[in-house]
Amino acid sequence: MGLAQSAAPMARRHPFIVVAVMALIPAAGVSKPLPEHLRDTGLYTPGTRDELASGVLPFSPQYPLWSDGAEKRRWIRLPPGMRIDARDPDRWMFPVGTRLWKEFTLGRRLETRMLERTREGWRFATYVWTDDGTDAVLAPPEGVPEGVPVPSGGRWSIPGTADCRACHEAQPNPVLGFSALQLSGDRDPGAPHAHDGDADLHLQNLLERGLVRGLPASLVDTAPRIASRSADERAALGYLHANCGICHNRQGPLSGLGLDLLQSLAEGPVSVDRTRSSALAVRALRPVGGAEMRLEPGKPDHSVLFRRMSARDPLDQMPPLGTEKPDREALALVERWIHSLADRRTP
Amino acid sequence: MNFKTTLLAALSIPCLALAASATPPASQAKRGEYLVNFGGCHDCHTPKKMGPKGPELDTDRLLSGHPEQMQVTPAPALQGPWLAATVGTMTAWSGPWGISYAANLTPDRETGLGAWTEQNFVDTMRTGRHMGRGRPILPPMPWQMVGKLTDQDLRAVFAYLRTLPAVKNRVAQPTPPAAGTAPTADATPTPGAPAPAT
Repeated sequence: MGLAQSAAPMARRHPFIVVAVMALIPAAGVSKPLPEHLRDTGLYTPGTRDELASGVLPFSPQYPLWSDGAEKRRWIRLPPGMRIDARDPDRWMFPVGTRLWKEFTLGRRLETRMLERTREGWRFATYVWTDDGTDAVLAPPEGVPEGVPVPSGGRWSIPGTADCRACHEAQPNPVLGFSALQLSGDRDPGAPHAHDGDADLHLQNLLERGLVRGLPASLVDTAPRIASRSADERAALGYLHANCGICHNRQGPLSGLGLDLLQSLAEGPVSVDRTRSSALAVRALRPVGGAEMRLEPGKPDHSVLFRRMSARDPLDQMPPLGTEKPDREALALVERWIHSLADRRTP
Repeated sequence: MNFKTTLLAALSIPCLALAASATPPASQAKRGEYLVNFGGCHDCHTPKKMGPKGPELDTDRLLSGHPEQMQVTPAPALQGPWLAATVGTMTAWSGPWGISYAANLTPDRETGLGAWTEQNFVDTMRTGRHMGRGRPILPPMPWQMVGKLTDQDLRAVFAYLRTLPAVKNRVAQPTPPAAGTAPTADATPTPGAPAPAT
């Protein structure tokens, strides 16, 4: 039944209520405009340049996204008294008012991105640091495609809102680096570029602080990890989960491609098996440089996944945005993993 | 305006919105056909054959993109103000971006848009990226202009494309500038074009 049909009988009985409710709906759905300056977003204590505000908590995902070697710091702030609903371990539900920030540094602070849960859904913003590092100003919706200068040379491209949405809205959970798997206390020692600060939140800290509720008991008792067959496979699948699975999964808009690199804690080993079956010896939709299979066991150069990770021309590169340099450390890891897949096939 | 009139007016707004969104599929596809015809999609996506008055649409291959069997040689060097060159079917274009080939828009699952969802199509037109997330769409595809259509019109275009006969035609992948560009006297990249491949 549509809105108008369902409202009509009620309007006959309670006209004042209907009018009052309809008048309230638009008012409840409007969020304040984004602040023009990072200092007004609640990240820092008012009047200070770098002092974190009360309630702002640092965290580091165990499988970070590759961003051409940029150093990153990340924070989250939940509204006072509110908690994350973690009943679905793969899709945490964050309360309205949640904010997350990620700061990018390459010789100097370049930008700080912000993700905010509003009544209408998630919204995305980035603040560009001035050259002298004294202020960060809201970027236009189209970003700064020509980039801002990096001290070591070159430029750093600032993403637009559409770029943010391309990744953050390609799977059910728009928060990509703050999850049960990413914050697990069972950190993966083989994960490329991982950083774990002393003050950074882990899953256990969240539970102890009462900031997460409903997490399945099995994940409370045993810190979550990818159900892999080897250390290299664990690290490779974790890397692909964070860097590729955000788009290549079975639930988002690219599900029709049939490639699933997103790991599910709810499904455990089934999830890992699905990744293998969606990629191993599966013909890619288009070949790259003579490689035809998504993953050819024992042959990285014949594996489209590896070739596209290595590429940085706009037509072939993966990920298609947010990076201009291949991730050599990750390529070495994935190369070892692809070789190991052939060993496993040997009787 | 008395209270009852106000209430009816308030209730009629969502009614009208519901009526507008419930366009019958056939009308939606018809609207899409109208937009495709007027919007110039055939200019590149339907192969041409030369007729007595110039290029004509090859209606057997409607919107099926650059013909798979057509061999494209390197484009001639361009001089003076000339920026781009095209082939006889007008489905392959050479310029500072390399050589781009018009996509197969028919619902063939392997070579056309058969595996695409409506949202993939809308996202592509909005972002200029393949499926809304992948590689950049190359010139001369005017996605910036097409992307200004309303969601309803973009969905209508997709609905029409779904009604086309599926044509199995695997379109070639783009050729990077170094291998396929028609060099010009002034090789300044087109604004908005992706950085040349290296």
